[in-house]
Amino acid sequence: MKKFREKLSGRIFLALAISSVAALALITVFILVQGLPIIKSVGLIDFVFGMTWAPTQGEFGIFPMIVGSVAVTLGAAIVGVPVGVCCAIFLAEFAPAALRNVFRPAIQLLAGIPSVVYGFWGLLFVVPLIRDYLGGPGLSILAGSIILGIMILPTIISIAEVSLLALPRQYKEGALALGMTHWQAIKSVLLPAAKSGIVAAVILGIGRAIGETMAVIMVLGNAVALPGSILDPVRTLTTNIGIEMGYAAGEHQQALFATGIVLFVVIMLLNSTAQYITRGNKVNRGKKK
Amino acid sequence: MKQAHFREKIARVVIWAAALLVMAVLGAVVVYILYKGLPMLSWEFLTQIPRDMGRAGGISSTIVGTLLLTLVAVAIAIPFGIGTAFYLAEYTRENIVTRIIRFSAESLAGIPSIVYGLFGFIFFVIMLKLRWNILSGALTMAFMILPTMIRTAEEAIRAVPQSYREVSFSLGGTKWQTIARAVFPSALRGIANGVILSVGRCIAETAAVMLTAGSALRMPASLLSPTRTMAVHFYMLATEGISMPNAYGTAALLVILIFLINVVANMLVNRFVGKKESR
Repeated sequence: MKKFREKLSGRIFLALAISSVAALALITVFILVQGLPIIKSVGLIDFVFGMTWAPTQGEFGIFPMIVGSVAVTLGAAIVGVPVGVCCAIFLAEFAPAALRNVFRPAIQLLAGIPSVVYGFWGLLFVVPLIRDYLGGPGLSILAGSIILGIMILPTIISIAEVSLLALPRQYKEGALALGMTHWQAIKSVLLPAAKSGIVAAVILGIGRAIGETMAVIMVLGNAVALPGSILDPVRTLTTNIGIEMGYAAGEHQQALFATGIVLFVVIMLLNSTAQYITRGNKVNRGKKK
Repeated sequence: MKQAHFREKIARVVIWAAALLVMAVLGAVVVYILYKGLPMLSWEFLTQIPRDMGRAGGISSTIVGTLLLTLVAVAIAIPFGIGTAFYLAEYTRENIVTRIIRFSAESLAGIPSIVYGLFGFIFFVIMLKLRWNILSGALTMAFMILPTMIRTAEEAIRAVPQSYREVSFSLGGTKWQTIARAVFPSALRGIANGVILSVGRCIAETAAVMLTAGSALRMPASLLSPTRTMAVHFYMLATEGISMPNAYGTAALLVILIFLINVVANMLVNRFVGKKESR
Protein backbone atom coordinates (compact mmCIF):
# COMPACT_ATOMS: atom_id res chain seq x y z
CA MET A 1 0.00 0.00 0.00
CA LYS A 2 2.72 2.39 1.06
CA LYS A 3 4.88 1.51 -1.91
CA PHE A 4 1.94 1.88 -4.22
CA ARG A 5 1.23 5.34 -2.90
CA GLU A 6 4.89 6.30 -3.35
CA LYS A 7 4.91 5.24 -6.95
CA LEU A 8 1.53 6.78 -7.63
CA SER A 9 2.43 10.18 -6.17
CA GLY A 10 5.63 10.37 -8.19
CA ARG A 11 3.78 9.46 -11.35
CA ILE A 12 1.05 12.01 -10.69
CA PHE A 13 3.54 14.83 -10.18
CA LEU A 14 5.32 13.84 -13.37
CA ALA A 15 2.02 13.72 -15.26
CA LEU A 16 1.05 17.17 -13.96
CA ALA A 17 4.41 18.60 -14.95
CA ILE A 18 4.21 17.10 -18.42
CA SER A 19 0.69 18.40 -18.97
CA SER A 20 1.77 21.88 -17.89
CA VAL A 21 4.56 21.89 -20.43
CA ALA A 22 2.24 20.44 -23.04
CA ALA A 23 -0.25 23.23 -22.34
CA LEU A 24 2.42 25.87 -22.66
CA ALA A 25 3.77 24.28 -25.84
CA LEU A 26 0.24 24.15 -27.22
CA ILE A 27 -0.05 27.94 -27.11
CA THR A 28 3.19 28.43 -29.02
CA VAL A 29 2.41 25.80 -31.63
CA PHE A 30 -1.13 27.03 -32.08
CA ILE A 31 -0.23 30.63 -32.69
CA LEU A 32 2.48 29.60 -35.13
CA VAL A 33 0.15 27.25 -37.02
CA GLN A 34 -2.54 29.92 -37.28
CA GLY A 35 -0.27 32.77 -38.28
CA LEU A 36 2.52 31.29 -40.40
CA PRO A 37 0.45 30.58 -43.57
CA ILE A 38 -0.33 34.26 -44.08
CA ILE A 39 3.29 35.28 -43.49
CA LYS A 40 4.24 32.69 -46.11
CA SER A 41 1.73 33.91 -48.68
CA VAL A 42 2.41 37.61 -48.13
CA GLY A 43 6.13 37.14 -47.65
CA LEU A 44 7.94 37.92 -44.42
CA ILE A 45 9.54 41.12 -45.74
CA ASP A 46 6.29 42.45 -47.18
CA PHE A 47 4.44 41.57 -44.00
CA VAL A 48 6.88 43.21 -41.61
CA PHE A 49 7.82 46.19 -43.78
CA GLY A 50 4.56 46.64 -45.70
CA MET A 51 3.10 50.11 -45.26
CA THR A 52 -0.55 49.37 -45.95
CA TRP A 53 -2.86 47.56 -43.57
CA ALA A 54 -6.13 47.01 -45.43
CA PRO A 55 -7.19 43.54 -44.38
CA THR A 56 -10.46 43.61 -46.30
CA GLN A 57 -8.56 44.27 -49.54
CA GLY A 58 -5.91 41.67 -48.81
CA GLU A 59 -3.15 44.13 -47.89
CA PHE A 60 -1.27 43.06 -44.79
CA GLY A 61 1.63 45.34 -43.93
CA ILE A 62 2.29 45.90 -40.23
CA PHE A 63 5.18 48.33 -40.42
CA PRO A 64 3.16 51.33 -39.11
CA MET A 65 2.13 49.21 -36.10
CA ILE A 66 5.73 48.16 -35.46
CA VAL A 67 6.77 51.81 -35.55
CA GLY A 68 3.87 52.58 -33.19
CA SER A 69 4.89 49.87 -30.73
CA VAL A 70 8.53 50.91 -30.80
CA ALA A 71 7.72 54.61 -30.39
CA VAL A 72 5.34 54.11 -27.47
CA THR A 73 7.65 51.62 -25.78
CA LEU A 74 10.67 53.91 -26.11
CA GLY A 75 8.58 56.76 -24.74
CA ALA A 76 7.46 54.61 -21.82
CA ALA A 77 11.08 53.72 -21.09
CA ILE A 78 12.10 57.39 -21.17
CA VAL A 79 9.30 58.24 -18.74
CA GLY A 80 9.48 55.16 -16.54
CA VAL A 81 13.11 54.06 -16.31
CA PRO A 82 14.73 57.11 -14.61
CA VAL A 83 11.87 57.50 -12.16
CA GLY A 84 11.73 53.76 -11.50
CA VAL A 85 15.47 53.40 -10.89
CA CYS A 86 15.47 56.47 -8.61
CA CYS A 87 12.58 54.93 -6.67
CA ALA A 88 14.47 51.66 -6.31
CA ILE A 89 17.52 53.56 -4.97
CA PHE A 90 15.19 55.43 -2.65
CA LEU A 91 13.69 52.23 -1.27
CA ALA A 92 17.00 50.41 -0.96
CA GLU A 93 19.11 53.27 0.41
CA PHE A 94 17.30 56.42 1.49
CA ALA A 95 13.79 55.62 2.67
CA PRO A 96 13.11 55.71 6.41
CA ALA A 97 11.71 52.33 7.54
CA ALA A 98 8.25 53.73 8.18
CA LEU A 99 7.99 55.22 4.71
CA ARG A 100 9.35 52.06 3.14
CA ASN A 101 6.63 50.02 4.80
CA VAL A 102 4.02 52.21 3.15
CA PHE A 103 5.78 52.54 -0.16
CA ARG A 104 6.30 48.87 -0.93
CA PRO A 105 2.65 47.80 -0.60
CA ALA A 106 1.69 50.93 -2.53
CA ILE A 107 3.89 49.83 -5.43
CA GLN A 108 2.23 46.40 -5.28
CA LEU A 109 -1.16 48.04 -5.47
CA LEU A 110 0.06 50.04 -8.47
CA ALA A 111 0.97 46.71 -10.11
CA GLY A 112 -2.41 45.16 -9.40
CA ILE A 113 -4.74 47.91 -10.60
CA PRO A 114 -6.43 46.81 -13.84
CA SER A 115 -4.86 48.31 -16.95
CA VAL A 116 -8.24 49.64 -18.10
CA VAL A 117 -8.31 51.87 -15.03
CA TYR A 118 -4.99 53.43 -16.03
CA GLY A 119 -6.21 53.86 -19.58
CA PHE A 120 -9.36 55.55 -18.37
CA TRP A 121 -7.41 57.84 -16.06
CA GLY A 122 -5.16 58.75 -18.98
CA LEU A 123 -8.20 59.50 -21.10
CA LEU A 124 -9.59 61.80 -18.41
CA PHE A 125 -6.44 63.70 -17.41
CA VAL A 126 -3.44 63.12 -19.66
CA VAL A 127 -5.18 63.29 -23.05
CA PRO A 128 -7.01 66.63 -22.43
CA LEU A 129 -3.85 68.18 -20.98
CA ILE A 130 -1.88 67.30 -24.09
CA ARG A 131 -4.69 68.50 -26.39
CA ASP A 132 -5.02 71.82 -24.60
CA TYR A 133 -1.38 72.68 -24.04
CA LEU A 134 0.58 70.95 -26.78
CA GLY A 135 -1.98 70.68 -29.57
CA GLY A 136 -2.96 67.73 -31.74
CA PRO A 137 -5.79 65.33 -30.94
CA GLY A 138 -4.42 64.50 -27.49
CA LEU A 139 -4.75 60.80 -28.25
CA SER A 140 -1.09 60.35 -29.06
CA ILE A 141 2.24 58.61 -28.63
CA LEU A 142 2.97 61.01 -25.77
CA ALA A 143 -0.20 60.08 -23.87
CA GLY A 144 0.51 56.37 -24.36
CA SER A 145 4.12 56.81 -23.25
CA ILE A 146 3.10 58.55 -20.04
CA ILE A 147 0.47 55.95 -19.12
CA LEU A 148 2.74 53.02 -20.00
CA GLY A 149 5.63 54.73 -18.21
CA ILE A 150 3.51 54.69 -15.06
CA MET A 151 2.39 51.11 -15.62
CA ILE A 152 5.92 49.70 -15.93
CA LEU A 153 7.10 51.41 -12.72
CA PRO A 154 6.23 48.50 -10.38
CA THR A 155 8.18 46.00 -12.49
CA ILE A 156 11.25 48.22 -12.70
CA ILE A 157 11.15 49.33 -9.06
CA SER A 158 10.70 45.89 -7.52
CA ILE A 159 13.34 44.07 -9.60
CA ALA A 160 15.89 46.89 -9.38
CA GLU A 161 15.35 47.18 -5.63
CA VAL A 162 15.84 43.45 -5.12
CA SER A 163 19.11 43.54 -7.04
CA LEU A 164 20.34 46.51 -4.96
CA LEU A 165 19.39 44.80 -1.71
CA ALA A 166 21.09 41.58 -2.80
CA LEU A 167 24.52 43.23 -2.82
CA PRO A 168 26.85 42.23 0.00
CA ARG A 169 26.90 44.82 2.79
CA GLN A 170 30.67 45.11 2.56
CA TYR A 171 30.41 46.92 -0.79
CA LYS A 172 28.67 49.87 0.76
CA GLU A 173 30.61 49.77 4.01
CA GLY A 174 33.89 49.63 2.15
CA ALA A 175 32.96 52.58 -0.01
CA LEU A 176 31.86 54.64 2.99
CA ALA A 177 35.00 53.67 4.88
CA LEU A 178 37.07 55.07 2.00
CA GLY A 179 35.46 58.42 2.71
CA MET A 180 32.90 58.45 -0.08
CA THR A 181 29.63 60.24 0.43
CA HIS A 182 26.50 58.14 0.38
CA TRP A 183 25.70 59.22 -3.20
CA GLN A 184 29.26 58.53 -4.38
CA ALA A 185 29.00 55.05 -2.88
CA ILE A 186 25.71 54.48 -4.70
CA LYS A 187 26.89 55.89 -8.00
CA SER A 188 30.33 54.38 -8.22
CA VAL A 189 29.96 51.13 -6.25
CA LEU A 190 26.38 49.97 -5.74
CA LEU A 191 24.85 50.85 -9.12
CA PRO A 192 27.71 49.30 -11.14
CA ALA A 193 27.57 46.19 -8.95
CA ALA A 194 23.82 45.85 -9.38
CA LYS A 195 23.96 46.77 -13.06
CA SER A 196 22.85 43.45 -14.48
CA GLY A 197 19.80 43.31 -12.21
CA ILE A 198 18.83 46.85 -13.10
CA VAL A 199 19.26 46.18 -16.82
CA ALA A 200 17.07 43.08 -16.45
CA ALA A 201 14.49 45.21 -14.64
CA VAL A 202 14.45 47.69 -17.50
CA ILE A 203 14.15 44.95 -20.13
CA LEU A 204 11.26 43.28 -18.32
CA GLY A 205 9.59 46.66 -17.92
CA ILE A 206 9.95 47.25 -21.65
CA GLY A 207 8.49 43.80 -22.29
CA ARG A 208 5.49 44.76 -20.22
CA ALA A 209 5.09 48.00 -22.16
CA ILE A 210 5.14 46.23 -25.53
CA GLY A 211 2.59 43.68 -24.34
CA GLU A 212 0.08 46.08 -22.82
CA THR A 213 -3.17 46.34 -24.75
CA MET A 214 -6.22 47.81 -23.07
CA ALA A 215 -4.67 50.93 -21.58
CA VAL A 216 -3.08 51.95 -24.86
CA ILE A 217 -6.24 51.27 -26.88
CA MET A 218 -7.85 54.01 -24.85
CA VAL A 219 -5.19 56.72 -25.20
CA LEU A 220 -3.34 56.14 -28.49
CA GLY A 221 -6.02 57.06 -31.01
CA ASN A 222 -5.34 53.84 -32.98
CA ALA A 223 -4.74 55.37 -36.42
CA VAL A 224 -2.84 53.06 -38.79
CA ALA A 225 -0.32 55.55 -40.16
CA LEU A 226 3.29 56.47 -39.68
CA PRO A 227 3.41 59.15 -36.97
CA GLY A 228 5.06 62.47 -37.78
CA SER A 229 5.54 63.60 -34.20
CA ILE A 230 4.92 62.35 -30.68
CA LEU A 231 1.61 64.23 -30.71
CA ASP A 232 0.23 61.99 -33.49
CA PRO A 233 -2.01 59.01 -32.84
CA VAL A 234 -0.62 55.54 -33.62
CA ARG A 235 -1.66 51.93 -33.42
CA THR A 236 0.51 49.27 -31.79
CA LEU A 237 0.79 45.55 -32.52
CA THR A 238 -1.25 44.67 -29.44
CA THR A 239 -4.03 47.17 -30.02
CA ASN A 240 -4.31 45.99 -33.62
CA ILE A 241 -5.18 42.51 -32.33
CA GLY A 242 -7.44 43.84 -29.58
CA ILE A 243 -9.47 46.07 -31.89
CA GLU A 244 -9.91 43.76 -34.86
CA MET A 245 -10.08 40.28 -33.35
CA GLY A 246 -13.77 40.64 -32.56
CA TYR A 247 -14.84 40.70 -36.21
CA ALA A 248 -11.89 39.30 -38.17
CA ALA A 249 -12.29 36.16 -40.27
CA GLY A 250 -10.28 34.16 -42.78
CA GLU A 251 -7.02 35.73 -43.92
CA HIS A 252 -7.65 38.78 -41.78
CA GLN A 253 -7.78 36.58 -38.68
CA GLN A 254 -4.62 34.77 -39.76
CA ALA A 255 -2.91 38.14 -40.18
CA LEU A 256 -3.80 39.02 -36.59
CA PHE A 257 -2.25 35.75 -35.45
CA ALA A 258 0.81 36.64 -37.51
CA THR A 259 0.89 39.96 -35.63
CA GLY A 260 0.77 37.82 -32.48
CA ILE A 261 3.79 35.84 -33.72
CA VAL A 262 5.79 39.05 -34.18
CA LEU A 263 4.88 40.11 -30.62
CA PHE A 264 5.68 36.66 -29.31
CA VAL A 265 9.14 36.67 -30.92
CA VAL A 266 9.96 40.17 -29.65
CA ILE A 267 8.92 39.34 -26.08
CA MET A 268 10.78 36.02 -26.15
CA LEU A 269 13.94 37.81 -27.29
CA LEU A 270 13.59 40.44 -24.56
CA ASN A 271 12.92 37.89 -21.82
CA SER A 272 15.73 35.58 -22.85
CA THR A 273 18.08 38.56 -22.85
CA ALA A 274 16.95 39.48 -19.34
CA GLN A 275 17.35 35.88 -18.16
CA TYR A 276 20.74 35.61 -19.80
CA ILE A 277 21.95 38.81 -18.14
CA THR A 278 20.79 37.86 -14.65
CA ARG A 279 22.05 34.30 -14.95
CA GLY A 280 25.43 35.38 -16.30
CA ASN A 281 25.77 37.61 -13.30
CA LYS A 282 25.03 34.80 -10.84
CA VAL A 283 27.64 32.60 -12.48
CA ASN A 284 30.22 35.40 -12.30
CA ARG A 285 29.57 36.06 -8.66
CA GLY A 286 29.78 32.36 -7.90
CA LYS A 287 33.20 32.25 -9.55
CA LYS A 288 34.52 35.22 -7.63
CA LYS A 289 33.81 33.52 -4.34
CA MET B 1 35.16 67.80 -1.20
CA LYS B 2 32.62 70.58 -1.11
CA GLN B 3 31.48 69.58 -4.55
CA ALA B 4 30.92 65.99 -3.40
CA HIS B 5 28.64 67.17 -0.62
CA PHE B 6 26.80 69.44 -3.00
CA ARG B 7 26.24 66.54 -5.39
CA GLU B 8 25.09 64.39 -2.49
CA LYS B 9 22.43 66.96 -1.73
CA ILE B 10 21.27 67.19 -5.33
CA ALA B 11 21.10 63.41 -5.63
CA ARG B 12 19.06 63.21 -2.46
CA VAL B 13 16.62 65.82 -3.70
CA VAL B 14 16.22 64.12 -7.10
CA ILE B 15 15.69 60.68 -5.59
CA TRP B 16 13.21 61.92 -3.00
CA ALA B 17 11.40 63.84 -5.73
CA ALA B 18 11.11 60.72 -7.89
CA ALA B 19 9.72 58.73 -4.97
CA LEU B 20 7.23 61.42 -4.05
CA LEU B 21 6.20 61.73 -7.70
CA VAL B 22 5.38 58.02 -7.87
CA MET B 23 3.40 58.26 -4.63
CA ALA B 24 1.57 61.29 -5.98
CA VAL B 25 0.64 59.53 -9.23
CA LEU B 26 -0.55 56.44 -7.41
CA GLY B 27 -2.50 58.65 -5.04
CA ALA B 28 -3.99 60.58 -7.95
CA VAL B 29 -5.21 57.41 -9.68
CA VAL B 30 -6.56 55.68 -6.59
CA VAL B 31 -7.99 58.71 -4.84
CA TYR B 32 -9.72 59.98 -7.96
CA ILE B 33 -11.37 56.62 -8.70
CA LEU B 34 -12.44 56.17 -5.08
CA TYR B 35 -13.64 59.77 -4.78
CA LYS B 36 -15.85 59.40 -7.85
CA GLY B 37 -16.78 55.77 -7.34
CA LEU B 38 -17.32 55.21 -3.63
CA PRO B 39 -20.57 57.22 -3.48
CA MET B 40 -21.96 54.87 -6.16
CA LEU B 41 -21.40 51.76 -4.09
CA SER B 42 -24.78 51.08 -2.55
CA TRP B 43 -26.49 47.82 -1.72
CA GLU B 44 -28.68 48.26 -4.81
CA PHE B 45 -25.65 48.83 -7.05
CA LEU B 46 -24.05 45.63 -5.82
CA THR B 47 -27.15 43.45 -5.94
CA GLN B 48 -29.09 44.56 -9.00
CA ILE B 49 -28.61 43.35 -12.55
CA PRO B 50 -27.43 45.99 -15.05
CA ARG B 51 -30.36 47.40 -17.02
CA ASP B 52 -30.40 49.32 -20.30
CA MET B 53 -26.84 48.25 -21.31
CA GLY B 54 -25.51 49.32 -17.91
CA ARG B 55 -27.00 52.80 -17.87
CA ALA B 56 -29.24 51.86 -14.96
CA GLY B 57 -29.37 49.16 -12.33
CA GLY B 58 -26.31 47.69 -10.65
CA ILE B 59 -23.48 45.36 -11.55
CA SER B 60 -24.45 42.15 -9.73
CA SER B 61 -24.15 39.87 -12.77
CA THR B 62 -20.66 41.18 -13.57
CA ILE B 63 -19.56 40.55 -9.97
CA VAL B 64 -20.87 36.99 -10.13
CA GLY B 65 -19.27 36.50 -13.56
CA THR B 66 -15.90 37.79 -12.35
CA LEU B 67 -15.92 35.62 -9.24
CA LEU B 68 -17.02 32.46 -11.09
CA LEU B 69 -14.45 32.94 -13.85
CA THR B 70 -11.67 33.60 -11.35
CA LEU B 71 -12.65 30.66 -9.17
CA VAL B 72 -12.73 28.19 -12.07
CA ALA B 73 -9.48 29.52 -13.58
CA VAL B 74 -7.61 29.24 -10.28
CA ALA B 75 -9.14 25.83 -9.50
CA ILE B 76 -7.91 24.52 -12.87
CA ALA B 77 -4.45 26.08 -12.57
CA ILE B 78 -3.73 25.06 -8.93
CA PRO B 79 -3.20 21.30 -9.38
CA PHE B 80 -1.06 21.77 -12.51
CA GLY B 81 0.90 24.70 -11.13
CA ILE B 82 1.64 23.21 -7.73
CA GLY B 83 2.12 19.68 -9.07
CA THR B 84 4.68 20.94 -11.59
CA ALA B 85 6.43 22.96 -8.89
CA PHE B 86 6.71 19.90 -6.63
CA TYR B 87 8.00 17.84 -9.51
CA LEU B 88 10.65 20.46 -10.30
CA ALA B 89 11.72 21.03 -6.71
CA GLU B 90 11.45 17.57 -5.18
CA TYR B 91 11.44 14.81 -7.77
CA THR B 92 14.23 15.55 -10.17
CA ARG B 93 17.74 16.79 -10.29
CA GLU B 94 18.60 19.55 -12.71
CA ASN B 95 18.47 18.00 -16.14
CA ILE B 96 17.24 18.71 -19.61
CA VAL B 97 13.60 18.07 -18.65
CA THR B 98 13.56 20.51 -15.74
CA ARG B 99 15.35 23.05 -17.86
CA ILE B 100 12.74 22.77 -20.59
CA ILE B 101 9.91 23.10 -18.07
CA ARG B 102 11.48 26.08 -16.38
CA PHE B 103 12.41 27.76 -19.64
CA SER B 104 8.89 27.44 -21.06
CA ALA B 105 7.33 28.66 -17.82
CA GLU B 106 9.66 31.65 -17.61
CA SER B 107 9.24 32.56 -21.25
CA LEU B 108 5.48 32.27 -21.25
CA ALA B 109 5.15 34.34 -18.08
CA GLY B 110 5.99 37.44 -20.11
CA ILE B 111 3.79 36.81 -23.15
CA PRO B 112 1.19 39.59 -23.49
CA SER B 113 -2.32 38.78 -22.30
CA ILE B 114 -3.73 39.62 -25.72
CA VAL B 115 -1.76 36.68 -27.16
CA TYR B 116 -3.34 34.39 -24.57
CA GLY B 117 -6.66 35.90 -25.63
CA LEU B 118 -5.94 35.05 -29.28
CA PHE B 119 -5.10 31.51 -28.33
CA GLY B 120 -8.15 31.08 -26.10
CA PHE B 121 -10.42 32.55 -28.75
CA ILE B 122 -9.29 30.21 -31.53
CA PHE B 123 -8.73 27.13 -29.40
CA PHE B 124 -11.51 27.09 -26.82
CA VAL B 125 -14.16 29.31 -28.39
CA ILE B 126 -13.86 28.26 -32.03
CA MET B 127 -12.07 24.92 -32.29
CA LEU B 128 -13.43 23.17 -29.23
CA LYS B 129 -16.78 24.88 -29.92
CA LEU B 130 -17.17 25.99 -26.32
CA ARG B 131 -18.41 29.39 -27.56
CA TRP B 132 -18.00 32.56 -25.50
CA ASN B 133 -18.66 31.69 -21.89
CA ILE B 134 -17.27 31.52 -18.38
CA LEU B 135 -15.59 28.18 -19.05
CA SER B 136 -13.69 29.42 -22.14
CA GLY B 137 -12.61 32.55 -20.27
CA ALA B 138 -11.55 30.55 -17.22
CA LEU B 139 -9.56 28.03 -19.27
CA THR B 140 -7.76 30.88 -21.05
CA MET B 141 -6.97 32.57 -17.74
CA ALA B 142 -5.80 29.26 -16.27
CA PHE B 143 -3.23 29.03 -19.09
CA MET B 144 -2.22 32.61 -18.43
CA ILE B 145 -1.65 32.28 -14.68
CA LEU B 146 0.00 28.84 -14.87
CA PRO B 147 3.60 30.08 -15.47
CA THR B 148 3.48 32.49 -12.54
CA MET B 149 1.92 29.87 -10.30
CA ILE B 150 4.63 27.33 -11.12
CA ARG B 151 7.35 29.85 -10.36
CA THR B 152 5.97 31.17 -7.06
CA ALA B 153 5.17 27.66 -5.81
CA GLU B 154 8.61 26.36 -6.75
CA GLU B 155 10.26 29.25 -4.92
CA ALA B 156 8.16 28.58 -1.83
CA ILE B 157 9.02 24.87 -1.87
CA ARG B 158 12.72 25.56 -2.32
CA ALA B 159 12.62 28.00 0.60
CA VAL B 160 11.76 25.13 2.97
CA PRO B 161 15.00 24.29 4.83
CA GLN B 162 16.65 21.05 3.77
CA SER B 163 16.77 19.94 7.42
CA TYR B 164 12.97 19.46 7.40
CA ARG B 165 13.31 16.83 4.71
CA GLU B 166 16.31 15.19 6.36
CA VAL B 167 14.52 14.90 9.71
CA SER B 168 11.47 13.41 8.04
CA PHE B 169 13.57 10.85 6.16
CA SER B 170 15.55 9.99 9.26
CA LEU B 171 12.30 9.24 11.07
CA GLY B 172 11.56 6.70 8.35
CA GLY B 173 9.25 8.91 6.33
CA THR B 174 8.87 8.06 2.68
CA LYS B 175 9.21 10.62 -0.08
CA TRP B 176 5.46 11.18 -0.28
CA GLN B 177 5.08 11.43 3.50
CA THR B 178 7.93 13.93 3.62
CA ILE B 179 6.37 16.06 0.93
CA ALA B 180 2.84 15.87 2.26
CA ARG B 181 3.57 16.33 5.96
CA ALA B 182 6.84 18.24 6.22
CA VAL B 183 7.44 20.24 3.04
CA PHE B 184 3.91 21.15 1.96
CA PRO B 185 2.74 22.65 5.27
CA SER B 186 5.87 24.83 5.50
CA ALA B 187 5.57 25.98 1.90
CA LEU B 188 1.83 26.56 2.14
CA ARG B 189 1.98 30.28 2.89
CA GLY B 190 4.28 30.99 -0.02
CA ILE B 191 2.15 28.88 -2.34
CA ALA B 192 -1.00 30.61 -1.13
CA ASN B 193 0.61 33.97 -1.82
CA GLY B 194 1.18 32.97 -5.45
CA VAL B 195 -2.41 31.76 -5.74
CA ILE B 196 -3.77 35.02 -4.34
CA LEU B 197 -1.71 37.09 -6.76
CA SER B 198 -3.13 34.95 -9.58
CA VAL B 199 -6.63 35.72 -8.32
CA GLY B 200 -5.75 39.41 -8.61
CA ARG B 201 -4.56 38.95 -12.18
CA CYS B 202 -7.78 37.16 -13.15
CA ILE B 203 -9.91 39.93 -11.68
CA ALA B 204 -7.92 42.68 -13.38
CA GLU B 205 -7.57 41.05 -16.81
CA THR B 206 -9.56 42.60 -19.63
CA ALA B 207 -8.16 41.82 -23.09
CA ALA B 208 -8.01 38.03 -22.84
CA VAL B 209 -11.35 37.77 -21.07
CA MET B 210 -13.15 40.00 -23.55
CA LEU B 211 -12.10 37.73 -26.42
CA THR B 212 -13.18 34.52 -24.69
CA ALA B 213 -15.94 35.09 -22.13
CA GLY B 214 -18.25 37.30 -24.17
CA SER B 215 -19.97 40.41 -22.93
CA ALA B 216 -23.48 39.35 -21.92
CA LEU B 217 -25.04 41.22 -19.01
CA ARG B 218 -27.43 38.46 -17.96
CA MET B 219 -26.91 36.72 -14.63
CA PRO B 220 -24.87 33.62 -15.58
CA ALA B 221 -26.91 30.46 -15.11
CA SER B 222 -24.03 28.01 -15.45
CA LEU B 223 -20.39 27.86 -16.46
CA LEU B 224 -21.58 27.65 -20.05
CA SER B 225 -23.30 31.04 -19.92
CA PRO B 226 -21.54 34.00 -21.48
CA THR B 227 -20.62 36.70 -19.02
CA ARG B 228 -19.01 40.10 -18.75
CA THR B 229 -16.46 40.55 -16.00
CA MET B 230 -16.21 43.76 -13.99
CA ALA B 231 -13.07 44.93 -15.81
CA VAL B 232 -14.71 44.40 -19.22
CA HIS B 233 -17.90 46.07 -18.00
CA PHE B 234 -15.89 49.07 -16.83
CA TYR B 235 -14.11 49.25 -20.17
CA MET B 236 -17.40 49.18 -22.10
CA LEU B 237 -19.11 51.73 -19.87
CA ALA B 238 -16.17 54.11 -20.01
CA THR B 239 -15.15 53.88 -23.68
CA GLU B 240 -18.63 53.80 -25.15
CA GLY B 241 -19.75 56.61 -22.88
CA ILE B 242 -22.69 54.59 -21.57
CA SER B 243 -22.67 55.70 -17.96
CA MET B 244 -19.80 57.47 -16.23
CA PRO B 245 -21.18 57.14 -12.67
CA ASN B 246 -21.60 53.39 -13.09
CA ALA B 247 -18.14 53.15 -14.63
CA TYR B 248 -16.64 54.91 -11.60
CA GLY B 249 -18.56 52.64 -9.25
CA THR B 250 -17.28 49.51 -11.00
CA ALA B 251 -13.71 50.84 -11.04
CA ALA B 252 -13.87 51.70 -7.33
CA LEU B 253 -15.03 48.17 -6.50
CA LEU B 254 -12.20 46.74 -8.62
CA VAL B 255 -9.60 48.90 -6.85
CA ILE B 256 -10.97 47.89 -3.44
CA LEU B 257 -10.87 44.20 -4.38
CA ILE B 258 -7.26 44.45 -5.60
CA PHE B 259 -6.35 46.32 -2.43
CA LEU B 260 -7.88 43.58 -0.23
CA ILE B 261 -6.10 40.88 -2.24
CA ASN B 262 -2.78 42.67 -1.71
CA VAL B 263 -3.43 43.01 2.02
CA VAL B 264 -4.10 39.29 2.36
CA ALA B 265 -1.05 38.40 0.25
CA ASN B 266 1.15 40.68 2.36
CA MET B 267 -0.13 39.19 5.60
CA LEU B 268 0.80 35.75 4.30
CA VAL B 269 4.27 36.84 3.19
CA ASN B 270 5.01 38.65 6.44
CA ARG B 271 4.08 35.62 8.50
CA PHE B 272 6.04 33.46 6.07
CA VAL B 273 9.14 35.59 6.49
CA GLY B 274 8.62 36.07 10.22
CA LYS B 275 8.41 32.36 10.71
CA LYS B 276 11.58 31.77 8.77
CA GLU B 277 13.51 34.34 10.73
CA SER B 278 12.44 33.08 14.12
CA ARG B 279 13.95 29.71 13.37
